[in-house]
Amino acid sequence: MSRQALSTPELRKPAPISGRSRSGLAIMLIGAALLAATMLLGSHIGEYYYLATYTILQFVVLGTAWNILGGYGGYVNFGTAGFFAIGCYTTIVLNKMFPMPLFFEMLIAAATAGVVGFGTGYLTLRLRGVFFSIATLALAIVLQTLIVNWSFVGGARGVYVIRPAISGFFVSYVQFLVVLMVGLAIFAVAVAWAVEKSWIGIGLAAIRDDEAAAETSGVPSLRLKLIATTMSGALMGMAGAPFPYYVTYVDPATAFSLAIAVNAIAMPLVGGTATWWGPVVGAILLGSAQQILTVTISSAANLFIVGVLLVVFVTVAPRGVVGIVRGWKRGRK
Amino acid sequence: MEFSWDLVINAIVTGVVLGGFYASVAIGVTIAFGMLDIVNIAHPAFMIAGAYLAFWGSEKFGFNPFVSMAVFAPCGYLFGRAFYRAYHFFFERRGDESIQGLAFFFGILFIVEIGVVLIFGVDYRSISEPYLESTIGIGFVSVPWRMLVPFLVGLTMLGSINLYLSRTFTGRTILAVSQDVEALRLIGANPIHAKEVAFGIAVATAIIAGVLLIIIQPVEPSITREYIGRAFAICVLGGIASIPGTLVASLILGVAEALTTTFYGPSWSPAVSFGLLLLTLIFRPAGIFGR
Repeated sequence: MSRQALSTPELRKPAPISGRSRSGLAIMLIGAALLAATMLLGSHIGEYYYLATYTILQFVVLGTAWNILGGYGGYVNFGTAGFFAIGCYTTIVLNKMFPMPLFFEMLIAAATAGVVGFGTGYLTLRLRGVFFSIATLALAIVLQTLIVNWSFVGGARGVYVIRPAISGFFVSYVQFLVVLMVGLAIFAVAVAWAVEKSWIGIGLAAIRDDEAAAETSGVPSLRLKLIATTMSGALMGMAGAPFPYYVTYVDPATAFSLAIAVNAIAMPLVGGTATWWGPVVGAILLGSAQQILTVTISSAANLFIVGVLLVVFVTVAPRGVVGIVRGWKRGRK
Repeated sequence: MEFSWDLVINAIVTGVVLGGFYASVAIGVTIAFGMLDIVNIAHPAFMIAGAYLAFWGSEKFGFNPFVSMAVFAPCGYLFGRAFYRAYHFFFERRGDESIQGLAFFFGILFIVEIGVVLIFGVDYRSISEPYLESTIGIGFVSVPWRMLVPFLVGLTMLGSINLYLSRTFTGRTILAVSQDVEALRLIGANPIHAKEVAFGIAVATAIIAGVLLIIIQPVEPSITREYIGRAFAICVLGGIASIPGTLVASLILGVAEALTTTFYGPSWSPAVSFGLLLLTLIFRPAGIFGR
């Protein structure tokens, strides 16, 4: 019943078609330009730039994935690192047992992380939102404990992964990974955009603003939250799947690093959580800043600055960069 | 490990003693999260700050742990009051507690952890006192003083907080804040002031718990993460706002962890708190002493 109510078109104003296809077109064009640039530049630029680009794109995916549940639905996931690590270790296990193309490994990683997301959500999303947040935090710790005790994937010592040989159009494996990440980033942003514009996004926004009211007016809140948690978890797992090939050595401390969880939260909140492009802006700003700071100062100092930025933005500019830009535009009119 | 009743009894005694310490960590979460509805996930970060303050005090001025508690806990209390003021100003006042407030505390947790790394490095730090090295033994059960001291301090702390909350006017307003803010206003008490005092107490307990932690074991900055799971598992299992519940839940977690450590090895113990938390959320979200 409730689902019918939501999917009937006259309940909501159809978004103007031109605007919708314009944002869709923008995602596609930017993605195509990035892909073309990566392929054309080939070996003309140093490997460092590829590695930096990879890291930033990875955070575009993670921030966007976090925002599907956190930004649209208002449920804070502290366990991004856990889902990311599920992706990493799925690849490692598959690589050891049945080697297959990375693309399929990513799909299986997405499925595994999605199932874990669904399970966590199913158990805790009926309660108040903070219980979900605490459970995700604890989930990352318990998964880490499992991995540390699982010697097949290297335990606490970690494991080396050998990059497969690369052929065809690519000059190096890193270039292949960057192209793959561009594709994944486009996919993630497109998913977020589709969710935002569909009945799922509208339902989630209603839950975020007032869950009791949304529930009374027929929004199937548990189902929507589960859909969002599963999608969000699956995307995070997908982002983690190529990571072992990127670093070639994975240990639990890297895969479950708190820095991943903080960045995944900081980027949407710095960029702005209400739109699909907020996390992208945040990831590009924070990601590039961190690359520069890591090179110029130190890696601990750059994480410190991310924490400070997160705190400053949530206190002073809770609508993020997107909100600042919008306020500034409104002020000019 | 081979099963034997000696081991079980030893593990249970260790667990109970450990539980007394866990109670000192969780009481601050019970106050902040249970009574004031502030999801302070940065609580373990304040605890680690207390541990490193004790280390610093002992290195620099030769403070023993009890002097450290007496000096730093009041600082923690004042800091907590100021911190609550800021939190109230930025989040509670404009009704932004949910996403922004959670992210805020997460950011604070991260800043404190990285700050400790930047100042003290990632090495393990410890303090040593001669009397902490000795052990009390009764029959085949033995308990080291470095575990017994935190147990006793933890119990004293819970007892005195319980007395304070039930016997004094401010204490009772703190209890009332968690139930009916409007009614509290009608009797002429200021809920903001009550919350401010309570949050100060919560941070002070975190500092004391930190000093106790460095008595028990050497500390390093990332230890905070294990304690988030533990503190919230205890708080939820105990019924969120109940002090007797916190004590009982701490003892349960302590014994469960000690048994796991004895029979499966210490690397599994962080998973115990999560298992307990999840089981509570599934079967009895209201906790043992919940209403």
